[in-house]
Amino acid sequence: MKELEYPFDSEWIMKKKIKLKKQLLSNESARFIEKRIAILGGSTTSEIRNTLELFLLNNGIRPSFFESEYNQFYEDGMFDNPELVEFDPEIIYIHTSNRNITDWPAVTDDASAIDVKLELAFNKFFGLWEHLAEKYHCPIIQNNFELPLYRLLGNQDACMLQGKVSFVSRLNEKFYEYGRAHENFFIHDINYESASYGLEKWSNPFYWHMYKYAMCVPAIPIAAYGVALIVKSILGKNKKVLALDLDNTLWGGVIGDDGAENIEIGQETSLGQTYSEFQKYVKEQKQIGTLLTVISKNNDDVARQGFGRPDSVLSVEDFVSFKANWEPKDRNLIQQASELNLLPESFVFVDDNPAEREIIRQSIPGVAVPEIGNVETYLQTIDRAGFFEVTKISSDDIKRNEMYRANAERAQAQAKFADYGEYLLSLEMKGTIKPFEAIYMARIAQLSNKSNQFNLTTRRYTQAEIESFAGSNDYITLYGKLEDKFGDNGVVSVVIGKIKDQELHVDLWLMSCRVLKRDMEFAMMDELVGVCRARGIATIYGYYYPTPKNAMVKDFYGLQGFTKISEDKDGNAVWKFEIPENYSKKNRIIRVN
Amino acid sequence: MNREEVLTKVTEIIRDVFDDENIVVTEATVADDVDGWDSLMHITLLGTIEDEFEIKFAMKDVVGMKNVGEMVDLILEQIR
Repeated sequence: MKELEYPFDSEWIMKKKIKLKKQLLSNESARFIEKRIAILGGSTTSEIRNTLELFLLNNGIRPSFFESEYNQFYEDGMFDNPELVEFDPEIIYIHTSNRNITDWPAVTDDASAIDVKLELAFNKFFGLWEHLAEKYHCPIIQNNFELPLYRLLGNQDACMLQGKVSFVSRLNEKFYEYGRAHENFFIHDINYESASYGLEKWSNPFYWHMYKYAMCVPAIPIAAYGVALIVKSILGKNKKVLALDLDNTLWGGVIGDDGAENIEIGQETSLGQTYSEFQKYVKEQKQIGTLLTVISKNNDDVARQGFGRPDSVLSVEDFVSFKANWEPKDRNLIQQASELNLLPESFVFVDDNPAEREIIRQSIPGVAVPEIGNVETYLQTIDRAGFFEVTKISSDDIKRNEMYRANAERAQAQAKFADYGEYLLSLEMKGTIKPFEAIYMARIAQLSNKSNQFNLTTRRYTQAEIESFAGSNDYITLYGKLEDKFGDNGVVSVVIGKIKDQELHVDLWLMSCRVLKRDMEFAMMDELVGVCRARGIATIYGYYYPTPKNAMVKDFYGLQGFTKISEDKDGNAVWKFEIPENYSKKNRIIRVN
Repeated sequence: MNREEVLTKVTEIIRDVFDDENIVVTEATVADDVDGWDSLMHITLLGTIEDEFEIKFAMKDVVGMKNVGEMVDLILEQIR
């Protein structure tokens, strides 16, 4: 819903929240992920809950909430409020503010007394986080502290240890240290949000003394939006691709009319500088694993000349797909998505032309189409929208562009072979298929949350759940990692099976589409059979639950030699496989372990 | 804007915020008369009225407000 996308009208959302919620829930084609979210507040949190709900619904997530009573965040969390225990949160959000700092430094305190106060303030939170993590094994989202409303020591409040500004900054730094050391802990940066909104408005004491809101009510959607970004990122709902127009988007002017030498880019003009800064930002996006593509109405050779200029920040090699032609852009986008084995809804379409934006919006629902404004606002509009909100930087994210480029090279190599088997052999593939290991937990959780197409049951798991399966004797877990001569694809396949009465029930079997048709699924099957035998299991049950996206694996178990034993009218099917004495391995191409 | 016009506009705002076109508002209307008008929605309503009339309520005004009539008084005070 456009009204809930950045840049949104915060006050309008507050006003229309009832209507907006009705609209979001009435969308019958929407399929929601259900999540239980506990909001532990150090102030009133009702409107935080209401607006967070709107933004999550808009991201395909339907939350149910536990909300602590006013300022009971510590007591409810620490002393196991039975309601919270029963609620069994899947995500915990701790909404505190500097109103919850009780023991501030006094001007008469010396450095060591202030250190003690800092430790005490931190330890209260530290104890709470540790307890919550141990009790609920779920992601914790924690506000940092906004700057104080007044500065007794004026400018030096920031510098002198006795200053509140100094105290807040030091306390925040301790929170960040904790965050860096704990995988399932995420800072929600209200310090940045309040600065961006205007601290004086944000911390208007009216709302505290009237309603015990630690922030002003009109800004609440901004904070809720920030939390929603973290939640959707944890759940693997980030966008993946920045699809960019060229003329008046990545440079000023129309290259076909003006010529490469006359477009605005580089340090000569103000406009050129602004486009350069934007290109630099786009290039930085690559570092967090965002894929860059071009979709432009131009002649291909002319378009490429724009990146051939010595002062161009981006080069043609930065893009994993380059579509400069005269086809309609919606068709280009769909084709690009299928070439990259991605869904169109993982795209962000960036174009200065409102008509092109409207075409995409109308014809391909789910694509993010930001209202980017003018060149001087492109950067912050895309940045604040949080399409690619980072929660963890996995090494896969960093290498993603490389992997997609390697894929393109593979496609070229394939063209040279007449026989597909011969081509697969030429890839010199090496697989690693093993029970879940600590270093891959983040990636495995990420895959379980974002794989849609090659996914038999589409069950979503948090990292904590993944870890608990790995540690349990009742489960068989396997991850599959695939390398070939063009590069390392990283972890691409995951199988989780539950053992019941000496039989295995496969709860999850998924594979990344970037390794389709490489026989990796057969290598996984061979290993699964091996592990089952070692555990004395002779029967495997496979389940297929259809979704609008996973039709490609409808007959997957049949292909693996399973027999269908039941199927209901919705297409939910159960398959059974008795491991034969003389099971012969299906994969003959990938060298495993 | 006269008293009647203010009341009409306040009525429109209340209907909009509670998403119900059938709400009847008079000067004697209090929060209990309107379905869903709790302390939480009261904040939203006041915020919307402030925006629409381009005014700002002081804390003492909000604390003392008894019914829609008093709300209209406060609005009239500021838009004059």
